[in-house]
Amino acid sequence: MDKNILIGGAAGQGIDTLGDMIGKTLSRKGYYVHVSKDFMSRIRGGHNFNQIRFSNGPIYSHWPDLDCIIALDEATVELHADRLREGGVILCDDSVKAEDDRIIHIPMVEFAKEAGNVRTSGSVAAGALFKIFGESTDEVDEIFQQRFKREIAEVNSLAFRKGYDFVEKRFEVERPEKREQIFIDATNAIALGALAGGVGFFASYPMTPATGIMTKLSRIQTDAKIVVEQVEDEISAINMALGASYAGVRSMTASSGGGYALMVEALSLQGITETPIVVVDVQRPGPATGLPTRTEQADLDFVLFSGHGEFPRMVIAVRNPEDAFYQTARALNLADKYQTQVIILSDQYLADATQTIAPFDFSMVTIERYFMTADELGDEDYKRYKLTDDGISPRIIPGKIENQIVLIDSDEHDEYGHITESAEVRRAMVDKRMKKLEGIRSEVQEPDYFGVDNPETLLLGWGSMYGPIREAVDLLNRDGESVGALIFGDLYPLPTELLNKYSKVAKRLVNVEMNYTGQLARLIRQETGIFMDKSILNYDGRQMDSYTVYKRIKEEVL
Amino acid sequence: MFDPKIYDTRDEIAWCPGCGNFGILNGIKQTLAEMGLKPHEVVIVSGIGQAAKTPHYVNVNGYNGLHGRAVPPAQGIKIANKNLKVIIHSGDGDSYGEGGNHILHGIRRNVDLTHVVHFNQIYGLTKGQASPTTAQGHVTNMQFDGNKNEELRTLLFAISVGAGFVARTFSGDKDHYVKTLKEAINYKGYALVDVLQPCVVFNRINTFQWYKDRVYDLAETDYDPTNKLEAMKKAMEFGDEGIPIGVIYREEKETYIDKISYLKDGPPLVDREWRPEEAEKYMDEYR
Repeated sequence: MDKNILIGGAAGQGIDTLGDMIGKTLSRKGYYVHVSKDFMSRIRGGHNFNQIRFSNGPIYSHWPDLDCIIALDEATVELHADRLREGGVILCDDSVKAEDDRIIHIPMVEFAKEAGNVRTSGSVAAGALFKIFGESTDEVDEIFQQRFKREIAEVNSLAFRKGYDFVEKRFEVERPEKREQIFIDATNAIALGALAGGVGFFASYPMTPATGIMTKLSRIQTDAKIVVEQVEDEISAINMALGASYAGVRSMTASSGGGYALMVEALSLQGITETPIVVVDVQRPGPATGLPTRTEQADLDFVLFSGHGEFPRMVIAVRNPEDAFYQTARALNLADKYQTQVIILSDQYLADATQTIAPFDFSMVTIERYFMTADELGDEDYKRYKLTDDGISPRIIPGKIENQIVLIDSDEHDEYGHITESAEVRRAMVDKRMKKLEGIRSEVQEPDYFGVDNPETLLLGWGSMYGPIREAVDLLNRDGESVGALIFGDLYPLPTELLNKYSKVAKRLVNVEMNYTGQLARLIRQETGIFMDKSILNYDGRQMDSYTVYKRIKEEVL
Repeated sequence: MFDPKIYDTRDEIAWCPGCGNFGILNGIKQTLAEMGLKPHEVVIVSGIGQAAKTPHYVNVNGYNGLHGRAVPPAQGIKIANKNLKVIIHSGDGDSYGEGGNHILHGIRRNVDLTHVVHFNQIYGLTKGQASPTTAQGHVTNMQFDGNKNEELRTLLFAISVGAGFVARTFSGDKDHYVKTLKEAINYKGYALVDVLQPCVVFNRINTFQWYKDRVYDLAETDYDPTNKLEAMKKAMEFGDEGIPIGVIYREEKETYIDKISYLKDGPPLVDREWRPEEAEKYMDEYR
């Protein structure tokens, strides 16, 4: 069983609030819920929609067919009515003048006014929706109370009941077991991962779709006693974060591709100064401003190669909100351990898609800083770039050890950090820095595998394509197709064990990505010499859902 | 007072003989010694350029970063550890050219640090091109027909965007330099100090003698550095009519860290103690 709802209207009509309220209530009831957002780069007007999918079993992506549409304007009916399944309904306010015999007109605005506030018309719609799906009103009041002040919450509850009482039940839905779960997107999961991982300083410049990470951290900064600073540009963001990191505070920054581009010079500085940093790139379609509110996976090449000169880095793509939380905390530890940069790739789809997942287990997170103490240093003069077997020179916190100083330099330097042009020292320092890559390589996590044991067709994907591919593999396996999929989280250094294993078994390798050039395919080819036989790509700014992947594999591959 | 020799480093100094930077370097050591600041208590931050080599020549913590980017890491360091004395030493090209946006917003942010600009009206490291402070019409190794751009009145700019401590000193007058630097370091907030520092190789106009003939000490006049409008007028004065040195403008302001209660009254950010479980409560709103 899975049911699909679309809420559409103009920007400013409260679609997100409504989608969030419905999604969260269903989550509390124990359903698996997935809410994805499709919106235009404008604050008022245009056409935006949220898609809510819920089920009593796990779901991993949005779905094309609909059971119910809440149309806050005529455009929603025109654009989406053909996606309704048989028996589907459209809920509209009386004022929406659309012709369709599946429409149920509800005096939403009138009921909202009666309830006490015209802005609660969305809650009238939510009430009607719940009744249509035969849902009880359990959890509804609690959700309103969590979100609003008492009086506003009561008005919304009243509005909800007016909608609820106005319509008749339409669908039979299997009720889930009540489970403990959270309803969250990757934006907030990254912020929570950063907090759990002990981030102390976060500097950033607002850029869609990355802004939400800073918003979350900023909201709780006083309570958590961290510092979040909105800076003048992304150049300042990363350089300020590197300064704080040098001084001993875990530091991060986040942006989308355009802002990340401004950080590139400082990534190279990170490479030579070996100051730990975690940078999040929440991808959106480029080039340049591209499609600001839409999604793409086209920055992989860029983050792999961004920065002049040669230096080690790690690149991790997060695959869902759960992954986003744990990987962010892990990235902070790895950055400190190897005194390196860890780039986290997310994208607009993940950033804005809210899903039900098991609550994060904070006891699984550790904070490992790897600082050398005064006792360990002893009487020796501190050498920031001491040559060691593993290339890692122990760090101390500037100002913490009497008369010991920490000197870092963007010029090539000797063990103390002083400028040098010695060929011998240069070779030793490059060797030392690049040696850390071996350590980083030993940390990489293999991709997740889904599907039959010895697949004839192997799909390869990364990051946000985790959900759609995972579910598409299920559908294909149910059709009897011999298909499996490797979905990469860690991308650089590229983990190759499962890749080698399954690529030998499979007859066809197919990369499934949200870009034009097949960037994962190129990375795999470059690192292993393994070629893809076929690519399933999309670059229209809209995430492929599981059904689309399923259908395209059937039509274009099998 | 410490022995200034404790700040000596083993690095060979890569400046030209006769460079104004030597006076600045000795002045820094003298200042730190007189203030009783131990090497681990100070951080010198720089960008790239001749002036930006300073961290290598003073035995204190050093952060020699990117061209134009001295202000952001300096702010990050101070926010991370308010107990450190953070001093930027960089050139006028680094500070006002490539770093112009950071200085503007650094002033607005008002993190407690001292920004010393080695002001010689020319690019030294890249061999004699115009800096933002090079006079209009000045013929350089790049502006062969004379510099077409107007020179930036740096201190006027700083006062106009809200700087609370704006001063000028001269590398040829060590006592004045030490006195000014001390006052800047003691000032609570972002303190900007231009140091007139002749480039002996690439600037044949604004020479040691040229500066020496024009500077006059504001402390020897009845000038009041707390009057903002008068200060803006004073900050426009630069050239044959004289070059004022000393504190041009001073105003007490709340610093960035003073606006963050838990940093103002609590330990430095770097001493924050935190366990992952403490973040769990922030998950409640997603339940």
